[in-house]
Amino acid sequence: MTDLIADRWILDRPNSYIGRSVPRPNAPRLAEGRGTFVDDVPLGPRAGHVAFVRSPHAHARMRSIDTEAARASPGVIAVLTGRDLAAIHDPWIGVLTHLEGLKSAPQYALPLDTATWQGEAVAAVVADSRARAEDAAELVAIVWEVLPAVTDPASALDPDTPVIHESLGDNLAWRRNVDFGDIEAAYAEADHVIEETFVFARHTGVCVEPRAILADWNPAEEQLTVWHNTQCPHMIQNILATHYRLDEHRVRVIAGDVGGSFGIKVHTYADEIATVGLSILLKRPVKFVADRMESFVTDIHARAQTVKGRIAVRNDGTILGFEIDALSGIGPYSMYPRTSGIEANQIVNLMGGPYEFDHYRAQATVVFQNKNMMCQYRAVGHPVKCAVTEGLVDAAARATGLDPAELRQRNLRADDSYPCRSVQGLPFENLSHEESLAKLLEAMDYEALKDERDALREEGVYRGIGLASFIEVTNPSAMFYGVGGARISAQDGATMRLDARGNVFVATGATEQGQGMEAVISQVAATAVGVPPERLKIVTGDTEHTPYGGGTWASRAAGIGGEAVARAGRALREQILRAAATMLQEDAANLDIRNGVVVEAQTGAERIGLDEIGRICYYRPDTLPDGFQSELVATRHYVPRKYPFAFTNGVQASYLEVDVETGFITLLDHWCIEDCGTVINPLLVDEQIRGGIVQGLGGALFEECVYDRDGQMLNATMADYLVPMAAELPDMQCGHVESPTAESDLGAKGAGEAGTCGAPAAVMNALNDALAPLGASRLTDMPFTPRKVLRALGRI
Amino acid sequence: MKPAPFAYVRAATLDDALRTLEEHGDGARVLAGGQSLMATLNMRLSAPEVLVDIGRVDGLAGIEDTGDTLRIGAMTRHVEVETSELVAEHAPLVASAMPHIAHPAIRNAGTFGGSIAFADPAAELPACAVALGARMTIAGKAGSRTVEADAFFRGLYETAIAPREILTAVEVPKIAPGWKSGLMELARRHGDYAIIGLAAHVEVEGGRFGGGRLVFFGAGDHPVAAAQTAALLEGETWSDRLADRLAASLKEELDPFEDLNADAAMRRHLAGVLVKRTLGPLAAA
Ligand SMILES: Cc1cc2nc3c(=O)[nH]c(=O)nc-3n(C[C@H](O)[C@H](O)[C@H](O)COP(=O)(O)OP(=O)(O)OC[C@H]3O[C@@H](n4cnc5c(N)ncnc54)[C@H](O)[C@@H]3O)c2cc1C
Repeated sequence: MTDLIADRWILDRPNSYIGRSVPRPNAPRLAEGRGTFVDDVPLGPRAGHVAFVRSPHAHARMRSIDTEAARASPGVIAVLTGRDLAAIHDPWIGVLTHLEGLKSAPQYALPLDTATWQGEAVAAVVADSRARAEDAAELVAIVWEVLPAVTDPASALDPDTPVIHESLGDNLAWRRNVDFGDIEAAYAEADHVIEETFVFARHTGVCVEPRAILADWNPAEEQLTVWHNTQCPHMIQNILATHYRLDEHRVRVIAGDVGGSFGIKVHTYADEIATVGLSILLKRPVKFVADRMESFVTDIHARAQTVKGRIAVRNDGTILGFEIDALSGIGPYSMYPRTSGIEANQIVNLMGGPYEFDHYRAQATVVFQNKNMMCQYRAVGHPVKCAVTEGLVDAAARATGLDPAELRQRNLRADDSYPCRSVQGLPFENLSHEESLAKLLEAMDYEALKDERDALREEGVYRGIGLASFIEVTNPSAMFYGVGGARISAQDGATMRLDARGNVFVATGATEQGQGMEAVISQVAATAVGVPPERLKIVTGDTEHTPYGGGTWASRAAGIGGEAVARAGRALREQILRAAATMLQEDAANLDIRNGVVVEAQTGAERIGLDEIGRICYYRPDTLPDGFQSELVATRHYVPRKYPFAFTNGVQASYLEVDVETGFITLLDHWCIEDCGTVINPLLVDEQIRGGIVQGLGGALFEECVYDRDGQMLNATMADYLVPMAAELPDMQCGHVESPTAESDLGAKGAGEAGTCGAPAAVMNALNDALAPLGASRLTDMPFTPRKVLRALGRI
Repeated sequence: MKPAPFAYVRAATLDDALRTLEEHGDGARVLAGGQSLMATLNMRLSAPEVLVDIGRVDGLAGIEDTGDTLRIGAMTRHVEVETSELVAEHAPLVASAMPHIAHPAIRNAGTFGGSIAFADPAAELPACAVALGARMTIAGKAGSRTVEADAFFRGLYETAIAPREILTAVEVPKIAPGWKSGLMELARRHGDYAIIGLAAHVEVEGGRFGGGRLVFFGAGDHPVAAAQTAALLEGETWSDRLADRLAASLKEELDPFEDLNADAAMRRHLAGVLVKRTLGPLAAA
């Protein structure tokens, strides 16, 4: 079935921890409040706290900045502007060569003269406390020349719309067109061609811990140390070195505890880069912690897309082709270094993913505008492509009179058809759409649920069922960013070392964001070596102490970081056994390590403890034969080479009720069956799925960064920006199919984004199913608020 | 999100608090549970020079049965009102409002008087106060005065409490025999301020309505008593036709605002739904 042959040694280990819900090693520490987040790092008396003066306008030129009153304010250390910082850093441009034609303008830590979105930092006040810095920031007097703001993507390219960056010539950031097969022929052959427009609102990932950075430039050592709650310490190390003209070994990035990231903390934020510059200029530690309002106007936004979609289908339900035309506004710059083209790119690349069809045409247009920047947030592009695909598939079901489940069964890629390629040419190694759907229908008791829905309709209770199949990109190789010139590591490393008492130290390039990475690493390390997890010490998130790695993004940490640990663990076990074999005058092949003890592989009889091996190797090497030098530290790296991505798949279902008088939607139940290959920790995988679903439900029903026509964000507080809360959420039932990737020994694919990918589509389909008997106009414009529901029903 | 500098005074007695308010004039602000005030300070929406904390002032907290009324001290925390047997028995409208106010952590700190004094247009308790005909006791330099709920809520976040005055208690008349009350609201998420809500307090005998009040919150810049619509209830029994007449009347009588969640038309529509859903069960019970 697959073109790779994996060595599954790690799954066959005795005393395996793989597949068990091992608790997180860091949970007690965090629960007891003993975590070290950036804001907990102890500061010396010289530390400065920065508050930024932020643009009140979406687009405005600074005629002058008067900092005198601010400088005189109590506790102020310095007030600096874009020009001060520009002297010591080089600007960046968020483009990638493989997104051909993508353009952007140079972005500085603080703009030199023009602010291009409301909330952009334009001047920095450093004081001895954040409160005093804020007091002084109010005194910075800027004379603004307000410029017309470009806010609506639909008119961004019109000739009479002002151009945001003159040097770029127009407001077009990127356009991509693809054409596979012959979509016109598909339309000619189809019994139905259905067109629908889907709208996705701007929203954002709301982290419990906001963005934070503490930079400390030590001129005596020419050493920059940065505590940063980033997902990618090595990437940030490279970026800071590059743009502050330093060598990389002069930059150390420490990412301790991180309170959630979701893709928000994987980018280059100008205010963070400015904080580093302030430390360099002032020669003292400077800390920036975004407050909640700053977070809403500067943390990347995502998803905003208007997608016109078409599906061509035959009466027998055969899907012949899809076409989309997608438009998005990404803010005034393409975000660095991942760019703001990726979301649109993913949509183009992944449309129709679960289905077998031959014809596809797509256009994606990405324009600049004067709003906060858009970039990668959990499940980049996926909720959009999934909702467009699944919305059109449901439309096809209505047109053909087929049950939505039946129509999917007829078109899903067959489980025995792998390896194969998508219509866009992306290779699929092994997916399980058919089995997943079968499992889902059984888990939700589909037929009984439909009967219940139908019976309740008779009583005036309107419930709907919605399905959504999906594919998901995980474990990316260098094809994602590296080929486009971004210095973002696709590979990851692990170093493991036996200490003198037989415990194992593990340093990994994967990072912990609160998602439980350390638990996964501990399970793999413990299994690979043969020790219980409590004998491990795991170190993450420090460029000075961990092997080079990519960190956490694109559902890669377990699949890639974990594989590197598996391989390092095996190498360390072999090293230990070599030493044991020498001590025991035994053939290493007859020995194994179980539960921290070297045993006879055949019988399990205990021979020598790892503590004893550590003692002899480190303190009494004189007792070992001449010429034997023990080596008890191993480093291994891993990157997928054969497949650019380990695709995963799954299917979700939503069951909900609409109060047709108020427009309120109650989510009753939610199911997700997904296939992330080897499930290393069932509890953590289910938590990832559920947490992901919650963020998907947020986008479907609640979350929206509301802007007015002038580019002012109207709801930048937690009172007005509605994150989904527990009381509004349904039970979420998870199930799994396991199709391990044969590219790695572990076989794990990613699980972090599947929930977010499918949830909005499932809710949208359920909502329209519920409203179908009432003749309501279809709702395809997220979030589905009570107001939109009432309008669709014609009640207001 | 750090407040501008302010001084803090913890008052030991009511006189103490009033004196401090006098001293600082417009620059002073009363601090009760802090659940609304601290957020406005942190967002630098207001920057008082001094906060006068009345949390330790004797006699401001507690619920007392005075015979015809319940006297609810201004510093009584939401949680105490929520769990009070006196309130459940004599002011069921207030009791039914409490679970809708924010979340338990906020109800542990936020106060009854704070909600009344803050007078958020979408808050439940001001509407309950108007529906029940509560009386507010306000202390100032010259002594205490009492203001009827109808005259107390004057505009957006605006009440009869003058600068340098303190709300000390709210007297809520006990529910009379033959009267029923009900509260219902529509909020995007549990604990949010409502898009619109209704506090209804009506006389119903044998399924027939007498007098009563229908007071909406989230429908104007302060609690809105829909008197014309309430008058339609007199002498009527519950029917779908009555519900439709009430809804139609509300469309004329209410003049609600627009915000991110709803425009005026939607609020008017929802008001009709709330009336139907609240009064129907009251008539039947
Ligand atoms: C997340 C959240 C959700 C909320 N949801 C709701 C909700 O759904 N419904 C609702 O009703 N409320 C809600 N609230 C507000 C909450 O009920 C507050 O506690 C209340 O509005 C104010 O009471 P407080 O004691 O906290 O007053 P404070 O915040 O201390 O004071 C508020 C204002 O009233 C003045 N003040 C307070 N007490 C007096 C007094 N005795 N005399 C004179 N002036 C006084 C203060 O000077 C200040 O201007 C919410 C709050 C939060 C944080």
